Amino acid sequence: MAVETQNNASDRLSAEIAGLDALELGGKQRGSIAGRLWGRLWPMGIAVLLVLAVWEIVVLSGRWPEYVLAGPTTVIPELGARLADPEFYSAVAVTMRRALVGFALAMLIGLIIGALVSRIRPLRAGVGSLITGLQTMPSIAWFPLSILLFGLTETAILFVVILGAAPSIANGLIAGVDYTPPILLRAGHMLGFRRLQLYRLVILPASLPSFLAGLKQGWAFAWRSLMAGELLVIIANQASIGEQLHYARELADSAGLLATMIIILFIGIVVDMVFEAADTSLRRRWGLHQARN
Amino acid sequence: MTAPLTEHTESRPEGATPAVRLAGVSKMYGTGKAGILALDNVDLTVAQGEFVCLLGASGCGKSTMLSLVAGLDAPSAGKIDLDGRRVSLMFQEPALFPWLTVSANVEMALRAKKLDKRQRRASALEFLDMVHLGGFGDKRPHELSGGMRQRVALARSLAQDSDVLLMDEPFGALDAMTRDLLHDELERIWRERTLAVLFVTHNVREAVRLGDRVVLLSSRPGKVVQDFPVTLARPRRTDSTEVARIAAEITDHLRTEVVRHAR
Repeated sequence: MAVETQNNASDRLSAEIAGLDALELGGKQRGSIAGRLWGRLWPMGIAVLLVLAVWEIVVLSGRWPEYVLAGPTTVIPELGARLADPEFYSAVAVTMRRALVGFALAMLIGLIIGALVSRIRPLRAGVGSLITGLQTMPSIAWFPLSILLFGLTETAILFVVILGAAPSIANGLIAGVDYTPPILLRAGHMLGFRRLQLYRLVILPASLPSFLAGLKQGWAFAWRSLMAGELLVIIANQASIGEQLHYARELADSAGLLATMIIILFIGIVVDMVFEAADTSLRRRWGLHQARN
Repeated sequence: MTAPLTEHTESRPEGATPAVRLAGVSKMYGTGKAGILALDNVDLTVAQGEFVCLLGASGCGKSTMLSLVAGLDAPSAGKIDLDGRRVSLMFQEPALFPWLTVSANVEMALRAKKLDKRQRRASALEFLDMVHLGGFGDKRPHELSGGMRQRVALARSLAQDSDVLLMDEPFGALDAMTRDLLHDELERIWRERTLAVLFVTHNVREAVRLGDRVVLLSSRPGKVVQDFPVTLARPRRTDSTEVARIAAEITDHLRTEVVRHAR
């Protein structure tokens, strides 16, 4: 029967296609979580030990007295003492609150500015280079003006944190919009998307990796600005990490100073790892990651 | 039941409804002396349910022609008449959105319709089934092979519910075996849905394998030089002697076209 031959032919076609698909996909495997964690932890551990060793050697060399440069053997117990002190946690909480509020506001402002600048041509010409200029401006240079405007208040600190982070975030979005693959724009066009719909469904999602990179850079600027701000703008009855750093120097408390610095470094690394994790998961979902990971 | 494939010989009834009509279409890029004439006075008609392959050396404005028919660009002169038909375009690359799953990619084509989420998803899976990818809806595009991605792109084009399918060297980047299978697949879908297909390629055998007609374009500027009807019975095989014979004949014409430029 002719109909039967047709069915046979189409079954065969299906089978051939399914076979080819199976061959081309192959199997992929990812290591266990514990295995991957260990793979990252031990090189870190070695690096930390190395730094501690160099530090101890410099201290032992006797170039600086103990009250100027404390060694790891005095700083680590000091660090332990701080970690047991509730006052320390309230200082960290104040600093982190400022960081998060400043960063969230910077993100909001960066998003709005980035979206407007990437969409409106005349704005792009005028404001685009201004944003890049702002990005290169050292944030500490804003503090004198900020203190004049807002006095020695938290607003003065937040103002500079936002100025430090928002340009990077806006730039990330603008770059993402600019580098939207033209083929995806054409595909969106063919699917009937225009203007806002095209922007919402194609351009914004396509710019996500670049936006994320902008967020990460923005965080780094925000964190630096915040530390500079807390050193300069000391607010009474509001202990913060930067303030502790300031008083440790005033009191020549070398161990306390170094312990505080280690905490600042630690927070920076942890937040960076959060961004890294977000970036990795995005890359994995988009198929941008390299073979390993 | 449709007519058995093996007994079908090609020749569309004369005076079938035209789906796409290009009349005196020219396209100029730039202006004045610096301008480049990409297409020069092209007349071409594709009937509903007809499969037309556009063939030409590089620089013949094949892709320009598709962009014009797709409405991505406007002709400098002449008229393109689609009589209100919907058009979808497939590119050489799959052009899938990497942030969406395979089924969500197809669902993008269904946004214009008033469907709720569940219906949209169900409809997308039907279209994926049509290209034998029903089980891959939740995968990401990068998890599929090149041939599979191109089939997702085909499913997305079909989901637009268009009557005219424009294809710009859609299988150019695939290996021969995958391409053969996709030819069968495309032929089957074209037949089931009586689409008008305008298929651009530089592969002569592919054109003869698929087309009811093979239209040869000249280069710089692009012009229709010849129109070969292909009346071989379907399904055809790319490696059959009949296809090879016709392909050789068309290749000779194509070469003559190319030689004209060797001045």
